[in-house]
Parts: sequence; structure tokens; C-alpha cells
Amino acid sequence: MKKQNPLLEIKDLHVSVEDGIKILNGINLTIHPGEIHVIMGPNGSGKSTLANVLSGRPGYNIDSGEIIFKGQNIINQDPEIRARNGMFLAFQYPMELPGVRTWQFLKASVDAVRLHNKLPELKIKEFDKLLEEKKAIVEMDSELLKRSVNEGFSGGEKKRNEILQLCLLNPIFAMLDETDSGLDIDALQIVAKGVKDFHSNINSVMLVTHYQRILNHLSPNYIHVLIDGKIVKSGDKSLSLELESKGYEWIRETISKKS
Amino acid sequence: MDSRNNIKEILKYHKNMTTSTHIPEQYNEDYKKLNEETGHLEPNWLKDIRAKAFQNLSKNGFPTKRKGNEKWKYTNISKLSKTSFSLQTIEDQNILKKDDFTNLVISNESWINIIFINGKLQTNLSGIENLNPEITITKFSDSFNDPIKKQLIRDNLSKYSSSEQDGFTSLNTAFIRDGILINIHENAEIARPINLSFISNSTEKPTVSYPRLLVIANKNSTATIIENYIGDSSIQNFTNSVSEIILNDKSKISHYRLLNEGDNTFHIESSRVTLKTATVFESTSFSKSSKIGRYDLKVNIEGENSYCNLNGLYLTSGTQHIDNYINIDHIKPKGTSRLNYKGILTEKSRAVFGGTVWVREGAMKTDSIQSDKNLLLSDEAEIDSKPALFIYADDVLCAHGATAGNIDPETLFYMRSRGIDLQTASKLLINGFASEIINKVDIPDLKKSLEKLFLESLPNYKLEF
Repeated sequence: MKKQNPLLEIKDLHVSVEDGIKILNGINLTIHPGEIHVIMGPNGSGKSTLANVLSGRPGYNIDSGEIIFKGQNIINQDPEIRARNGMFLAFQYPMELPGVRTWQFLKASVDAVRLHNKLPELKIKEFDKLLEEKKAIVEMDSELLKRSVNEGFSGGEKKRNEILQLCLLNPIFAMLDETDSGLDIDALQIVAKGVKDFHSNINSVMLVTHYQRILNHLSPNYIHVLIDGKIVKSGDKSLSLELESKGYEWIRETISKKS
Repeated sequence: MDSRNNIKEILKYHKNMTTSTHIPEQYNEDYKKLNEETGHLEPNWLKDIRAKAFQNLSKNGFPTKRKGNEKWKYTNISKLSKTSFSLQTIEDQNILKKDDFTNLVISNESWINIIFINGKLQTNLSGIENLNPEITITKFSDSFNDPIKKQLIRDNLSKYSSSEQDGFTSLNTAFIRDGILINIHENAEIARPINLSFISNSTEKPTVSYPRLLVIANKNSTATIIENYIGDSSIQNFTNSVSEIILNDKSKISHYRLLNEGDNTFHIESSRVTLKTATVFESTSFSKSSKIGRYDLKVNIEGENSYCNLNGLYLTSGTQHIDNYINIDHIKPKGTSRLNYKGILTEKSRAVFGGTVWVREGAMKTDSIQSDKNLLLSDEAEIDSKPALFIYADDVLCAHGATAGNIDPETLFYMRSRGIDLQTASKLLINGFASEIINKVDIPDLKKSLEKLFLESLPNYKLEF
């Protein structure tokens, strides 16, 4: 299996923001089809930045390094092109789109991706059928589809809406930026169910999280610990349990001992 | 020059810095002409109201944007003040056929449609006869033989919009000719929207029209009123409209208003709404085109437990100028008011929003929120938004805010991260911005027309990212 071409390769990625403050200090990460990678780390370590930079969010300076997605360096690619090529980011704080109905937004997204892949736009009936199927996975209330995107949605509803989009767009690579934060147990289970439904031996996941609990529902291949913009330790699922009990200080100590 | 002379000079200079200007001679001529034509048909009290108004006009002139005149600070009407607009004489009228404007008029067979052309009521095109007996719609001049109607007009006309208020109200009052009384009887529930279309399309010479409306909703009555101001003339016309709307206890009025008079017409409109106890006034105002369009709406909450919800959408282009000057005066306790205006400004257009909420001493438990949001889609467009709150009572809940700017880049990024290109994302967001107000329209056919008018003409815009 591992002899497959990687889906995503991040090579020595250095990223700073406007004031010259460095956020990522040489990230190296390779993700193969079907893998689940988990990024953990203390606040401000660059976890969200990594997900945002991969998705093409403006406001970051890429100082050096490469992001190879499906064999192509995408550093200068517009976010909509990355999305159409199968990259997805579930936002930590999903935006509200006043006056844009959720249904309309979802249809526009699905059609944009389809058109890019030389598929015709879905007819309303076809789309509704797809929507019906996917919204059942995340147990999304139909009423929400008539409302403006995320406007007046609870925190949990916003996150479910993100996972609904994930299931509808069915990308090849999904990044989840702290999607599990602030969710109660039921909502967490629903989100995990959505991710599980999406995940396959082709589709990969990069999960940014603070908590071990969502990992109980998923089977991650790798856990990476990000500190000060660098992956300082990688391991299997047991690493997350160790982190949960020992905290990040333990890692810092191990690193300083080594050096 | 000694110092005394110097002071004299300064005083002279300041005397000239008036906040109003004098009026073109044409108004004098037309006033005389109107008196000759119809003066003998009207009762003395109306003649007096008009004469007093004309005196006020001559005395005060039109307002200017000079220092100290906050009400007109951002709207320069010097061109309007100097232009000679003629009143259409009786001979000029009825030269238009229905076909000439059907593409402009928003109407529906099931509504009560009333059509005015250049200020003149078109009885043949309107359906105000044989109405439900629970409602009276009549021209002032047709009601002087009916003691009840006459008394209603006498008791209310010009009581809520005083001709002393400003030069434009004086002007309108001085020229009351085809004023309309809409009297909704006690307990009446009028389901058919009352749809007034004021068409301004004189192409001969700059022409002025003076729509005048007196609406009385009696106790426990309900009605819907639409005021359409439309036109497409290539020359500069002037619409000077005044309406007085009175909601008696437990009555409800839904009011819609559309300004779409084309790029050449000046439009100055004043609306005075009085709310008695436990009333509901819903107003939704749309401004699409006008050279200079001013909507001066004031709601006086004179009874307890009353509610007003004022919404507005303005879409400006070219060098248009739209000014919404909205005041809500909470005089009695337990009133609720909502003021929610939105603007989309393109090209070199300009908009002004002045929204003021007054909470008078004793108006406890007032609940008021006002907001004005603007999308500036061009660097050359300008918005002057000035929401204000004056609170003289305790135990009130008030909030206000205004925004102006382009669409939030974070929002655009969210949409792009879902594969939606910048242009489609921009369109969805601009549409969504406008839809919030259009969706408040409860009449399906009216809503459809407004969607067509506003959403279809939204610019295909690629927001900067």
C-alpha cells in the first residue's frame, strides 16, 4: 500500500505573517491515499496555520518550501482551484453568509466542483436526493437548509454543516480544523460518523485537534506533534494517549534533553 | 475702515449665510394659475391652508446644505432649487395612454390600483369606485360635498405635516390639488393592497408633481399600502410628495414604497406617520433610481405598546444620490422600533442615511434597534451614514450601528474554499445582502417584481480580494 504515490507532500515549508512573524518553521509531512493524520500541539503552535496555508487562505507569506498535491506544486494556486481539485477545509469558525441560503450555497459548491471535473451541474431533483442522503449522516435539520448559511446556527449546527459539505463535495483530502472543539458528546459522535463515512482507502484526512476523545471514534495512522511551527514528534495512536496523560511539557523536555 | 464698519460687514456677511434659498418665479405663476383654475371649487379652510403654505414657502425658501443645517448637510439641492419646474395644466393632461407606462408600473388585477400621471389622478385607469364599503378612497376635491369626508380631511390634513416644517412641505401644501384620502373604517380588514402609482414622465419641459396622501386607519383596522414613484423621462422632472398616515388604536398598516423615477428626476418625499395605542406600522422602502431622491420618514409613537418596523434597500448607480432621512420619536412607553436599512452603491453614486431615534422623557421600556449597512462596490461611491440615538428616559433598550465597506474577505475565502469562484461568490453575497430586505415583502407579486428590479440589475461584480 505505502508504495502508492503520496497524495500530499509538504517539503520544508516556512510561513510567516505580515509583520515578519514566523509561524511555520520547516514542516515536512507526507500523506498517502487513505491515511488519517492527526496534528496536535499547544495553542499557537501553528496547527491552524498549516491547515489554512494548505487550503490557500490569503494573508500568509510562504517564505520557502513546497506543497505538492496530487503531484503538483500548488503554492500559487487559488483556493477555489484547490477545492475543485479535491481539497477541503472544515473551518474552525465557519463564516456566516447573510442572505445566502444554505441550500443555494451547497448547490453552488457542488456544481462548481462538478463543472471543473467536466461533469454537468446537478438537476435540482438530483441534488436534493444527494442532499437528503448526506444530511441524514450528520442528522442535519432540514429547516437549516432554508436559512442563511450558518446564520443563527448553534456551534454544533455550524460544525455539522461543515461535515455535511465534506460529505457532499466528497474531496480526496479533507482537513478538519478543530472541528471537535466545543461539541457535546452527541454532536461529536455525529461529526465522527460523518468523517468515517467520508474516509476511504482513497480519501485522506488531516485532523487538527486538541483532544484525544474524537480519536476514539476514528483510527488515525499517525499522530504528529507541532510545537513552535515544527513537527517535533510523530507516532501512532498511542502517542495521543501519552500526550493526554503527560501534556506537551513532556515533549518539550524530551526535545531539550536530545539537543 | 473703522472697527464698527468691520463688524457691520461681518454681520452682513453672516446674514447672507442663510440655510435656505429663494424660489424660482415659476412657482408664483403656477400658484396664481392654480388658484384661478380650481380656487373657486375648494372650501375656504383649504384655501387658507394653501395660502399659508405658500407664504411659508416664499418666506423660507428651500433648504441648503450650509453650515448649521444638519438635515441637509450631505444632500446638495441647489440645482433643484434653481430649476423652474412647471405645473401641468389641465390642457396638458391625459396625453398618455396606458401602454406608455405598463412596463414601468407594478400592479396586479387583484389590487386596488390608483394611477397618477405627472401629479394628476387618472380616474379612467384607476379602480377606486365600487370598493368594499369598509374603505373610502377619494380625491379631496371630490369629497367636499360629503360632510363626513370633508370633516375628516379638515381635521387631519396638514396637521401632521405642517407646512412650516420645511420648504418642500410648504411647496407641496401650497399646490394641493389631486390629494387623496384613504380612510380605512373601524374594524375593517382590507386584504387587497392599495397600490398608488405616481408616474412622472413629462417630456416637454421640466414638470413638477405634488402627490399628497392622507391615510387614516381607524380603530382595529388593517390595510396594505404601496406607493410607487416611477418614470423614465429624459428630462429633469420633480416629484414633491407628502403623506400623512395616522394609525388609530390597534390598527395595522403595511406600507411599501418604491422610488424608480429614472436618472433624471428629482424626488423629495416626506412621510409623517402617527401611531396611537397598540398599533403596528411596517414599512419597507426601496430606492432604485433618481437623480436626487430624498425620503424623509418620521414615525411619531404617541400611544403605548406600539410597534414600527422600518426596512429599506437602496441600490445606486451612475451619479445618483439617495438620501434616507428617518426619524422615530418614542413619546409614549413600551414602544418597539426597528430600523434596518441597507445600501448597495456602485459607480460614482452617493447615498446618505440619517437615522435618528428619540426616546422622550417618560417613554420607559422603549425597545429600539437601528442599523444601516452599506456595500460600497466602487472606490468612487460614497456613503454618509449617521445613526443617532437621543435618550431622555430610563429603563430602555436601545442599540444602533452602521457599517460601510466591501464584502469581508474572510467570507469570500470561505466560499472560495468550497470551489466557488470569486465572481459567483460576490454575486451570491451581494444578492444575499439585498434579499434580506426584499424577503420582508409579504405580497408575492410585488416581491417578484422587486426581485426582478433589484437582483437582476445587480452589477456583475468581482470583489477585490
